[in-house]
Formats: sequence, C-alpha cells, structure tokens
Amino acid sequence: MLDIFDILGPVMVGPSSSHTAGAVRIGRMARTLLGAAPVRADIGLHGSFADTGQGHGTDRALVAGLLGMKPDDLGIPESFEIAVGQGLEFRFHTIHLRDAHPNTAVLAVESADGRKLVLQAASTGGGRIRVDQLDGVDVSFTGIFNTLVVRHQDVAGELSRILNELSVSGVNIANMSLNRDRRGGDALTVVETDQKIPQDALERIRVLYGVLGATYYEKEED
Amino acid sequence: MALDSMQEIFDKIQAGQKPFWQVVRDTDVEERQVTAEASFRKMHATWRAMVESVDTYRADRRSVSGLVGGDAQKMWDYAAGQETLCGPYLQEVIATALCVAESNACMHRIVAAPTAGACGVLPAVLVPLYRRGGVEEDAIVRALYVAAGIGAVIGYRASISGASGGCQAEVGTAAAMAAGALVDLRGGTPEQIGHAVAMALKNLLGLACDPVAGLVEVPCVKRNVIGAVNAVSAADMALAGIESRVPVDQVIDCMGDVGRRLPVELRETALGGLAATPFGQSVKARQEERHRGELR
Repeated sequence: MLDIFDILGPVMVGPSSSHTAGAVRIGRMARTLLGAAPVRADIGLHGSFADTGQGHGTDRALVAGLLGMKPDDLGIPESFEIAVGQGLEFRFHTIHLRDAHPNTAVLAVESADGRKLVLQAASTGGGRIRVDQLDGVDVSFTGIFNTLVVRHQDVAGELSRILNELSVSGVNIANMSLNRDRRGGDALTVVETDQKIPQDALERIRVLYGVLGATYYEKEED
Repeated sequence: MALDSMQEIFDKIQAGQKPFWQVVRDTDVEERQVTAEASFRKMHATWRAMVESVDTYRADRRSVSGLVGGDAQKMWDYAAGQETLCGPYLQEVIATALCVAESNACMHRIVAAPTAGACGVLPAVLVPLYRRGGVEEDAIVRALYVAAGIGAVIGYRASISGASGGCQAEVGTAAAMAAGALVDLRGGTPEQIGHAVAMALKNLLGLACDPVAGLVEVPCVKRNVIGAVNAVSAADMALAGIESRVPVDQVIDCMGDVGRRLPVELRETALGGLAATPFGQSVKARQEERHRGELR
C-alpha cells in the first residue's frame, strides 16, 4: 500500500510533484551524499526533465535541493539568487541517457574541500525519487529509509565489519546492496535502516580498515 | 495487504465496529509504526497546510507562461457584486479551487492531494465548509483520513498519475476523495461514501491529461473546479439515497482500465488534446524560444 501521506501530501511548493518536489529531493540527496555544501554543480537533464523542466521549475528545484532545502521551502523559486549568495556555481545542459526514466537528472557536484560526487537519480512520481547511479556504479535506493553509503575496498569481510557496527548500535537493516564495477576495485555498499544511525557508529565505520569514505542520508522527518 | 479495496474497508468497519476514518488511521499507525496521536497530528498539520494554501493566495502572482493567475479573485469579485447562479457555497468552492490551483502553478506552497496538479479539489470543498462554521476542525481531519483511504485504494487498484491514467486519475481521484470526505462530514454511512466515490469517478471517466506546453496550468487549474463541483454533486446525490448502479470497486478498476487504454498522447505528454491545438502549439513555441534566450 501507498503511505496515506503520499496520497494526502507531500506539502510542497508547486507546480508538479514529480518535476518540482522530486527534483528538490534529488538535489538534497546529492548534497547529503557529497557530505558537504557544494560549491560547483554541473547538472544534466534527461527526457521530460529537459523538455518541460524549466516550466515546472525543475532547474530551480534541483538547485534548491543542493542548497539543502526541502520540497516545502518557499525559497525554492528564488534558489538561483540564493545560490549566488552562498557561493554555489551551477550550470545546466541537456543529456540523452539510454534506458533511463524520463524524469532523470545527473548531478556532478564538488565541495570547497575537493570532495566530488556524480549522482544519477530519477523522480518516479508523487515526489518520490530513486537514486540509480553513484560515481558510475549502479545502485537503487529511494531515501524513504535512513541510508548509509560506504565506499570501500573490495576485500573479504568488509561488509561484516560495517554491519557489525550497525548491529552493536541496535540499528535494524531494511534493505542492503553491495555494488562494484569490477572485482578488486572499489565497492559501494548501500544500507537502508529502520532506525537512525548514531553519530559514533558513523565515526567508527569511517575509520574501519578498507573504508574509503561514508556518507549518510537521514530520511525526512514528519 | 491493507486497503486494497473499498469492500475491504467496509468489512473492517463492520468487523472492528469502528468508523471509516479509524480504519484508515489504524492502517497508517501499523504501516508507519507511529502512535495514533502522531498520525493524527500529521493529518492535522496537513489540514493546516491546506488552509494556509488558501489564506496566502495573491491575485497578482503569475505562472511561468503568464497564462495562469488572478482568476480566483475575479470569482470573488463577481460573487461580491451580485447573486451567483450557483449560490453561496458553490461559488466559494469554485473560487477556492481556482485559488489553490493557481498558487500551485505560481510555485507557491500547496498540499498534493493526490497530486500537485489536482491540489485544489479537496481544499475547495472543505475550507468553505469549515469557514461557514458548525464544522469542528477535528471532524475535518477525520474526513481527510476518509479521503486518504479512498485515494490509497484508487492508487493501488488503478492509478493516481496523469502519465499513467490521464486526468481522470488525478482530478477524478481528487473528486472521489472529496466526495467521500463530504459524505463523511455530513454523517453519511460507509455505503453512501462508496456510492459518492463511484459517482464522482464515473462522471470524469476518460478525462484526458493534455497540458498546454506540458505545464500544470492550462487546463489543469480550471479542471480543479470541475473536480470540486462534481464532488459536491456526487456527495449530495449519495446523501439523498441515490446509489451508483456499478459497485464502487468495479468503477475504480474500470478507471484504471480506461487509463491504460488512453493513447499516450492524452497522458501528460502534451502531444494531444488541448496541447495539440494551434493555441497550445503557439504557447509551446513561445516557451521554447524563451528557454533558448535564457540559455544564451
């Protein structure tokens, strides 16, 4: 069943749940998984996002999300001006992806301290989103759960070390996936959890042997 | 699985000896693992956001294309100057539907119900009723649970998106939700709620989603009006004891089927219907020209 507050909701800035509210969430997901405020963003729009995105404020919505706004923020229509004030440079271009959802954006973002992330996500309807790729690695998660993204070396036992830290913190796992582009390269583990992950557990995961980095998206509060 | 049919809700009402709204609330409590109080608080906040979307209307706002804005004010001004054909309640319903749908097109804050494109329908029938007095705020919140339960069933069995089911799935569903909420507020039975839902949905069956230039503006804003007025008439018919001959769950399934049979041109792609008229094409050309200008 659909969440009844997906039926009566979200409370959002218009005009379109898929082209506006979903776009805000995609931008905010990119900022969160970058782990810092972006100073540069190169945004590719695919399909209907490219065709009717401007009329729906999709461009402003994506930038609003990159600034950390949520779908109900009345600052969304002014996000371009706010971005200039906060030192976020952005540019848009049209892209053509194969086999991608019609409402897809690819965001290449960079922070002041040199962190980089390329995120491909789709707005799947009603303001819901799905992240499809991180730095070229196929993934699939929605932000409905608290979400931990760990980049680590592809070595035996890494997953169990990460999960152990969650288990001792009493965090239950809802969904999980381990993704890599080739054997022995870097791997990406995505863990969706029922409970919030405590800060100290995150810190312990970040310093585990073989872990190259970990970012964490906490689901939107009611 | 919970709330898969209206019949299932009727059965739960009977088995649990509890009202319609409580069946929906209890489902929310179970699905999201929250307390009954937290669920009610969230629905109350949703209602307050609806009221705010009406209260913060400004007639001088315009949408990106410039085609939308100011019509709700025209309706209010007209109604202030003379007796309208449709009378005090319906004239407020019309103006409120316009005002919320216009606010949405102008990038203001609304409650998607069930979608942003159909956001005007529920506030249009509920806010004027609340403003006239005699209706408790908590009763409205309970009616919103009824509306949400109806929307959940339609979303599960058919569709609530214009891209997959046409406008009948958006404004049609909103009208069905609003009709059910109104019957609940007036003390109707669960069966009467079902008949109101069936009638509201049947009356908009086959409605195309054909937005000019792909924008949630024309004809979306005014279709919120027909959704709301349709909901009021369906609710009054049900309260009068008029029944839908086709059972409600069959009507919902039929709406889903009609949606799948609608050509893709009439499902939010802006390739057919009003979007394909010479006027629609000229708006699209103007938008594209502006887009290129801003990129340069």
